[in-house]
Amino acid sequence: MIGTLDSRVPAGPLPEKWRRHQNNSKLVAPNNRRRFEIIIVGTGLAGGSAAATLAEQGYNIKSFCYQDSPRRAHSIAAQGGINAAKNYQNDGDSVYRLFYDTIKGGDFRSREANVYRLAEVSNSIIDQCVEQGVPFAREYGGLLANRSFGGAQVSRTFYARGQTGQQLLLGAYQALCRQIAAGTVTMFPQTEMLDLVLVDGHAKGIITRDLITGEIVRHAADAVVLATGGYGNVFYLSTNARGCNVTATYRAYKKGALFANPCYTQIHPTCIPVSGDYQSKLTLMSESLRNDGRVWVPKRKEDCGKPPNDIPEADRDYYLERKYPSYGNLAPRDISSRSAKEVCDEGRGVGPGGRGVYLDFKDAIARLGEATIRERYGNLFDIYEKITGDNAYKAPMRIYPAVHYTMGGLWVDYNLMSNVPGLHVIGEANFSDHGANRLGASALMQGLADGYFVLPYTLPNYLAGQIGKRPSTDHPEFVKAESEVRERTKRMLDVDGKRSVDSFHRELGLLLWDKCGMARNAPGLQEAIARIPQLREEFWNNVTVPGYGENFNQSLERAGRVADFLEFGELMCRDALARDESCGGHFRQEHQTPDGEAVRDDENFADVFAWEYQGDGAEPKLHPEPLVFESVHLATRSYK
Amino acid sequence: MNFKLKIWRQLGRDSKGKLKPYEISGISPATSFLEMLDILNEQLTAHGTEPVAFDSDCREGICGTCSLTINGEAHGPSHPAAACQLYMREFKDGATITIEPFRARSFPIVKDLVINRSALDRIVQAGGFVSARTGSAPEANSTPVPKHKADLAMEAAACIGCGACAAACPNASAMLFTSAKISHLALLPQGQPERRRRVLRMVRQMDAEGFGNCTNTYECEAVCPAEISVSFIAKMNREYAIASLGERLGE
Ligand SMILES: Cc1cc2nc3c(=O)[nH]c(=O)nc-3n(C[C@H](O)[C@H](O)[C@H](O)COP(=O)(O)OP(=O)(O)OC[C@H]3O[C@@H](n4cnc5c(N)ncnc54)[C@H](O)[C@@H]3O)c2cc1C
Ligand code: SF4
Ligand code: FES
Repeated sequence: MIGTLDSRVPAGPLPEKWRRHQNNSKLVAPNNRRRFEIIIVGTGLAGGSAAATLAEQGYNIKSFCYQDSPRRAHSIAAQGGINAAKNYQNDGDSVYRLFYDTIKGGDFRSREANVYRLAEVSNSIIDQCVEQGVPFAREYGGLLANRSFGGAQVSRTFYARGQTGQQLLLGAYQALCRQIAAGTVTMFPQTEMLDLVLVDGHAKGIITRDLITGEIVRHAADAVVLATGGYGNVFYLSTNARGCNVTATYRAYKKGALFANPCYTQIHPTCIPVSGDYQSKLTLMSESLRNDGRVWVPKRKEDCGKPPNDIPEADRDYYLERKYPSYGNLAPRDISSRSAKEVCDEGRGVGPGGRGVYLDFKDAIARLGEATIRERYGNLFDIYEKITGDNAYKAPMRIYPAVHYTMGGLWVDYNLMSNVPGLHVIGEANFSDHGANRLGASALMQGLADGYFVLPYTLPNYLAGQIGKRPSTDHPEFVKAESEVRERTKRMLDVDGKRSVDSFHRELGLLLWDKCGMARNAPGLQEAIARIPQLREEFWNNVTVPGYGENFNQSLERAGRVADFLEFGELMCRDALARDESCGGHFRQEHQTPDGEAVRDDENFADVFAWEYQGDGAEPKLHPEPLVFESVHLATRSYK
Repeated sequence: MNFKLKIWRQLGRDSKGKLKPYEISGISPATSFLEMLDILNEQLTAHGTEPVAFDSDCREGICGTCSLTINGEAHGPSHPAAACQLYMREFKDGATITIEPFRARSFPIVKDLVINRSALDRIVQAGGFVSARTGSAPEANSTPVPKHKADLAMEAAACIGCGACAAACPNASAMLFTSAKISHLALLPQGQPERRRRVLRMVRQMDAEGFGNCTNTYECEAVCPAEISVSFIAKMNREYAIASLGERLGE
């Protein structure tokens, strides 16, 4: 049974909490570190940095990823940049301001102390990455350059061309490689975690499937860290990589870990619109484009079919600039996305199906010259041209919102440990820092903060009492978990029905996009909650998974992930239904102002919603964690 | 659009593989190449046959997972681009398209179009890093780096680790990949302390993995989706010569 949720936020003034906590945290002596084995699932920014750092400290690490190399984790795809409170631009930035922007950006639905700590360690991340050789953009004087991102009025985003995630991940990957060579990390690529093993209520191991040989293996450890990224692919179409999944965190949920705020998903405003039903993924155009691009649609529906360059200034509606004069095109993501949906719902969208808005660089090119724009965003313009066949130097880009990031995740305390002792969760996989909406350039910051600078300090609080408690993989709990995994795999292969795995995934995705996407309401959510179990039922009776379990089988991999999405989607809708307010990316149509702005209900919903699994088919149990705001005043978010 | 496909099918590493013919029709020109294969796989699955195994993840040219040789060219006819960035509008309606895995002796085939590229990871493990202990870094702006150097380092660092360079090279050489990492770190002040050790170890690992030598055919540069320049190979050779001289002199 789970009692009241203890966030373990230390006492004391906000700026003192982290230092005090570090001073009061337990330590594991260097000679004892060797005696611990730690499983880290995931090699993205969070898992890669954690594995490298903990291994360097002397722990034995087992690192897992489903890709063929740890360097291919989805963090590689992040384009825009990473925030830090360096104030290099001398524009008045500070740790407090980064903290405040982040908590306000999250619509006051995140934990103050966690967010403050994130802002505090942000500067060390930049130092660390530069030291590893991350080639951040620089000014002519040789100092680091910055750019602006949505939801901020200072320039605090560090970047490496349009490939910031790639460069930061390669930094972490190289640090990981150094440890692999040193023998402190054992790397298991192409290995998927299919279950978590609890022994006496503690997370002590995992069950994996070798994706090449199909072998099911038990791994025991003293602690388990999940760094398995986000679940945006529940929507089928998203900017996430094809393999991104909820399996690891969902399996942990089914073993008792609480899932927090699953309905908080981020819909990114600037993606390339959907072009057809064969489409397998959506491509993001970095938000940094909004520094220089202006978003508009025609004022009149009749103009939507005209070539954009034929529409005179007077007939264009720069709706973000009009509605949010102080932030303009840099309004936060949830607001920008919703505004795009609104103008398209009004029939003023452009392009096929009317689901698109223009992002126009004409003025920026006139002001700065094409060469400067090319230098800043050349690779993005190239990507755009490859996908659409259009040249964005000549005519505006067409963009539309797409699922991009998931703020929800497993519930963790200030130590980044879940309610299951020993199970730690870092990066996008946890829920902790972004509330109901994440600001641009803050996920990379969080992943690296968790992995380099938080977990290595907080993990010993758990490990210190655990010397010699690692179970053997012959323990009955391991035997049981393994046979459950085998049984499930076999069941999937045995259905031998008529529908492909992808067809189920697409149907679920469309349903969620429709009912639990940019706008949600109670009847729609109830409909989805009724429909998803039927879809699940059909899956288990009519899916077809060709091939065998004992070798490389991509259909089987996907089937396992989709089976979990089919359960998780329902949890998302239940959370969205229970949260009877609008906040950040969660927009309940019942709760809006006359001009369509979200209306929060702090009186009743200033909580984290953490859900406990109660068995298949049973409604999950809600454990609210009240959010306590000691330093900030809960304001209505305004970007006007 | 309609296409005739010839696809390499191979059960496992040690099995014999062969090209098998397939036909596909009704493809929109805006479909990506991998989506075309998705559609084929859906059709194969519907007919109860095993779909074609091929690897991909990001599908936007950055993760380096996709690894197809299309009509004899690593990543296909569109440059610079990874196979996942290729669209069917690049092909003529009715064309025959041959699809094989990346071929290089150091990349064994796992199944069909999927290969094992762990050799590239081992080259990085040999020394492709800066030993910067977490938490010990100085203030980031304390070492200015001239913009042109930082930009050049970035150009080298852009490598996505796909291995197309080795697949395209008649000698199956991984020099472009290796030289990109060596150059990236050698160009930055932070990479200096380990500069010599790094190049010696990485080059030796590359040889140990069975990659061939460079005979200046520049096929690698032509197929590289990240536009890594062959001038980095020249830089690596220089770095290696200096380092091995230093090693012989006991410096
Ligand atoms: C296109 C795009 C652009 C973005 N741009 C930015 C940006 O500019 N700035 C910013 O701050 N954020 C950005 N983000 C968000 C940010 O990239 C991610 O939130 C962040 O990188 C997640 O890192 P992570 O380490 O938590 O997870 P990931 O990098 O997703 O890594 C997950 C890891 O877990 C492994 N894994 C998953 N499931 C399993 C399993 N069952 N078994 C074994 N291994 C498993 C994977 O193999 C992988 O190694 C962007 C996201 C996208 C999609
Ligand atoms: S150098 Fe180019 S072709 Fe070779 S691995 Fe890197 S990105 Fe791929
Ligand atoms: S799938 Fe990522 S580069 Fe092609």
